[in-house]
Formats: sequence, structure tokens, C-alpha cells
Amino acid sequence: MATPPAKRRFRKVLVANRGEIAVRVIRACRDLGLDTVAIYSTADRTALHVQMADEAVCVGPPEGYGSYRNIPNIISAAEISQADAIHPGYGFLSENAHFAEICHAAGIVFIGPSPETIALMGDKARAKALMREAGVPVVPGSIGTISSESEGLDVASEIGYPLIIKASGGGGGRGMRIVTSPDEFSNAFQTAQTEALQAFGNKEVYIERFFINPRHIEIQVLGDGKGEILTFGERDCSIQRRHQKLLEEAPSPFITAALRSAMSQAAIAASKAADYVNAGTVEFLVDPEERFFFIEMNTRIQVEHPVTESIFRYDLVKAQIQVALGEPIPSPPSRPEGHAIECRINAEDPWTFTPSPGTITRLVLPGGPGIRVDTAAYQGAVIPPHYDSLVAKVIATGRNREEAMDRMLRALTEMRVEGIRTTIPFHLEVLRDPTFRSGRYSTSFVEHFMERRAQASGTEPAETNA
Amino acid sequence: MNNEDIREILELVREHNLLSFEFERDGARLRIQRSPFQGSFQSVSEPGEVPLPRSGTPAPLSPQVPRPETVRIITSPIVGTFYRSSSPDAAPYVEIGSSVTKGQILCIIEAMKLMNEIESEVEGTVRAFLVENGQPVEYGTPLIEIDTKAEEAS
Repeated sequence: MATPPAKRRFRKVLVANRGEIAVRVIRACRDLGLDTVAIYSTADRTALHVQMADEAVCVGPPEGYGSYRNIPNIISAAEISQADAIHPGYGFLSENAHFAEICHAAGIVFIGPSPETIALMGDKARAKALMREAGVPVVPGSIGTISSESEGLDVASEIGYPLIIKASGGGGGRGMRIVTSPDEFSNAFQTAQTEALQAFGNKEVYIERFFINPRHIEIQVLGDGKGEILTFGERDCSIQRRHQKLLEEAPSPFITAALRSAMSQAAIAASKAADYVNAGTVEFLVDPEERFFFIEMNTRIQVEHPVTESIFRYDLVKAQIQVALGEPIPSPPSRPEGHAIECRINAEDPWTFTPSPGTITRLVLPGGPGIRVDTAAYQGAVIPPHYDSLVAKVIATGRNREEAMDRMLRALTEMRVEGIRTTIPFHLEVLRDPTFRSGRYSTSFVEHFMERRAQASGTEPAETNA
Repeated sequence: MNNEDIREILELVREHNLLSFEFERDGARLRIQRSPFQGSFQSVSEPGEVPLPRSGTPAPLSPQVPRPETVRIITSPIVGTFYRSSSPDAAPYVEIGSSVTKGQILCIIEAMKLMNEIESEVEGTVRAFLVENGQPVEYGTPLIEIDTKAEEAS
């Protein structure tokens, strides 16, 4: 353990989270010689983060709003345990500007960007407007809502086809119409308005460019608090189901050095425009023609941060805390080394993705060269039904993508989790899938993969060899 | 070092709010480690025992005696600091033996500089205090025992 300097901005960190990320943050604090306080709900009395922290305070009932999102109880927990900093992890209160503000008011250091930056990036319309000003490309679309068909046609010709008409008040697919050519526009526009009115009581719609087979690429940034923005290359998060990321890798098999450099410059411009301090992620859609468009900026540490850590040999969570301490952070190597893949092992049925909470009756974690496991699971641990289903993140690193994939296959074959169902079988099949292995995939990969799988099992019994 | 000595040391450790204490005399060694709530990997397990985590409920300060079924325990609904009176000079809201009605204020939990009055959920007689004045409490910490027998009899 590092010998702490005599006088630091804070000495004791309350970790306002649970699961693997709470464990991850506690470890970073230990490396920095800081004391830790865990918080927990009554469903998490036996959780690993509670056992690992120096102290733990129960903050509420199982439901998140009563415990891990309960601002008064969390601030009180910091006060009675004399914690002078809070790390929010991801999810829960991590992107809640109000919480960050209350921390400041209570004299507690919030480990993250300023409340103003969090609020700005949380307002998607304001964030997009700011990015346009900063010269960062955003998804082309109407500014505000479209009231008439003729106005819509004008905007559509500027944006280009295919495009998507979306209900302002909605979501979930209703009031959405994809239009591939101008002569389809009239019908689609009217149907979208009617659907929007019926579903949301508001017929307002807006128009955006629609991307066929885009990739979801994000750039990791770190604002050092002294005006400098460091970037750590990209992560490819295109393997997702219903906008839930399942597998991430770095570097992206699709991104060229020139594109990486352009996207990193855009991410720096985006971060500077928002006065960004601490770790953050700028998310982009990249089309097959290698054009990229800003979607949003996440003002927290991401679940998939370990793939970046692996190829840059850099501790991002530790750096987050060092920035908050006002201590200097090490500069990352100019270029990354090798390739890293992360598989999210969820407590879910591998094919229907139905949650599978319960008690882990047997657990064998993988290891060996190139394998890192971030988890709060242990034999006998309970996966409660109240929170997200992430059980473990397995990260495989190799000299190249091939080696990383092979090491991941080896690791997931070794791994045993009994008592609950997990997504390990899904990942094993994906890692053997020729399209995935080729690296030529998009955000529609999982949908197509599941279709291919269903067809294969429909015509002939499940294949066992790849 | 006899039991009386150990008891005295434990009292001192508690009084001075020490988290750990080590003492050695005449070949006898005593090591005490505590935490305001729960400790880190501090649980001691017997060889061969599966190291399962401790229960989160802190042990009451008074020795555990079986509770009659008529006893209701008031637990803390929030995280904060427990006080028996509205200010250091004021008289405690209730004492052991006080009879209380539903909705009567029993104590205060101070959180974020706010005094939160904790009301009785039942009618009965105060049987015991399970935490000390000024002690930090978490969500669900047992605070006060109330015997509801009187209510049933009436």
C-alpha cells in the first residue's frame, strides 16, 4: 500500500455503488492509501463490497431509490463515517448533477466532473447544440420539431435518405417511421404523426438521418483538471442487444489510424467545450463510409473501461481519484499495445436474456495469461433481483485480436457459475462466429446472429462444432 | 489478565471510540478490533468453516435476552445520529418504563443537519434502548424496544 502524503484533499472515500464497480473503486482507493466506506441495501448485507470496505453503512431497503439512489441517506452515511469524498461508480447517482451539487454543498469531494458539466451533458438537446458549435459532427437532423409535411420534405432533402421520423414525446418504436426515398415521405410523415398522437397525445415529430449498420464507437477521455484532455483511443461497443452492450473491444477492428486520430480530436473538442474534468466517454455512431457523428457524452467511468486499461496499461479509476485529489496523473503511453476484449457475464438466460437471480452455489473463475476478471461474485453470493444482472466482466488481452479471442474462449470454457444461468454460452458462440471473428460487424450483429441461430436449429439440430 | 481486566479494557476502547487496540502483559496478548458499523474482512472464522459474511445488524449493546412476543422494535428509517432528546439540555423524550402512544416522538435521528423525529408505531411501554445517545445509526438499526402488552390488556 502506498504511503499517503501528509496532507491530502481527502482521506476516506465513500463508494456510492455496489457490485463489481464498488469492488473496483475500493481497490483503487487501497492502491492510493485511502480508507473506504461501502454503502449497501438490506438485500446486499452479504455482498463482497460490504466485506471489502473498511466500514459499511446500510442506507436503505432493496429498491434502488430507497438505498443506492437515496441522496439524504448516502450523504448522512458520509457524514457519520467522516468520509470526505464520494465515488459514484456508474449507474445510480453517477450522472445526477443534483447529487454532485449536494456533495459540494456538504463539503464532500465528488469524484467526477462538475455538476454544471453533468447537467449540460444530461440534456441531450443542449449537448448536441454545444457540439455543433464546437465543430463536432452530430447526427444530422431537424433542429426542433417539424410541423408540416412541406417543411419536413425540405429538411429531409438537406439531411438525406434514409431517414427516420420520430415522435418527440415517445420512444419504444411507436411513432417511428423509416423513410428510404422522397416519394415515401408523405405517407410516412402522416402515419408517424397519427401514431404519435394516439400513443403519446402529442403529434410532434422530428427527423434524423437513419444509419444502416452503423458501428457504436466511443472515445475515452480524461480531463486532468489543469485544462488538459488526455485521450485513450476508442472502444468498439457494437455488439449490443436492445441498446445493452454485451461485448466490447479495443482497438476497434474497423477503425483506421486516420479515423482514430480524427475522432480523438473531436472528443477533445467536445470535452473542452464542456470544461470537462475527470474520466468521461464521448460516444459516436460511425457509418460504413467512415463518417462519425456525436451521440452523447457519458460523464462517468464506463462498465467497459478495463479494455482501455488493458491496452494502455493505465489505471483509469485510480486516475479519477488522483484528479479529484488534485494530484498529478501519469501520462499514458503514446500508443496502446495489443488487443483487449471484454465479455459481460450476466445472470440471464443466454438465449432469451431473461434475468436469472439467485445464489451462486459454485464458482470457478478463469485465470492465466492475459485474463482479468472484475467481479463481486463469490461462492455463496446472492444475485438479488433488484439490480442489474452483471455478475462478472472477463477481460482477455493478447498481442493481437486473434490471441485475445482465443484467450477469451479458453477463459470462458474454464469458467463455472452454478446456481444461476449466465450468458457464458452466448459469448462462447459469438467468439466462434465467423462474422464476429472477421471483425466486420455492426450494431445489428446480435439480431442477425440470433436469426442465423434460430434458422440453424430449425433446419437441423444444434451444431456442436465451430 | 482476568475477565474483569478485559471487561475494563473493552469499556475503555468503547469509551474512547478506538477502532483497534493491542495489549501485551506477562505473556498474555489481547487484540481488539472494531468498526462503527461493520469491518473489513475482520470476521474470524474457525478452520474449515466457510467464510460467509457477517449479518449486517449490529449487535445490541445490552446482553441479548429472549424477547417476549409482545415486544416491538423500533428501527431507524434513515442514516444519521441517534439522540434521545431535542437538544443536549432538554430532557429525553422517553425513559425506560415510559408509556407511549402511537405517533408519540421517541427520539431524534440527526441527518444532514436536520432533526428527524422518530415516532412510535405502537402503543406500549419503553422496555429498552438498543443504542446510546449520540451513536451513529444506519438504515434498519434497532433503536428502542417497546412492550405492547399494556395495549392488549386494555
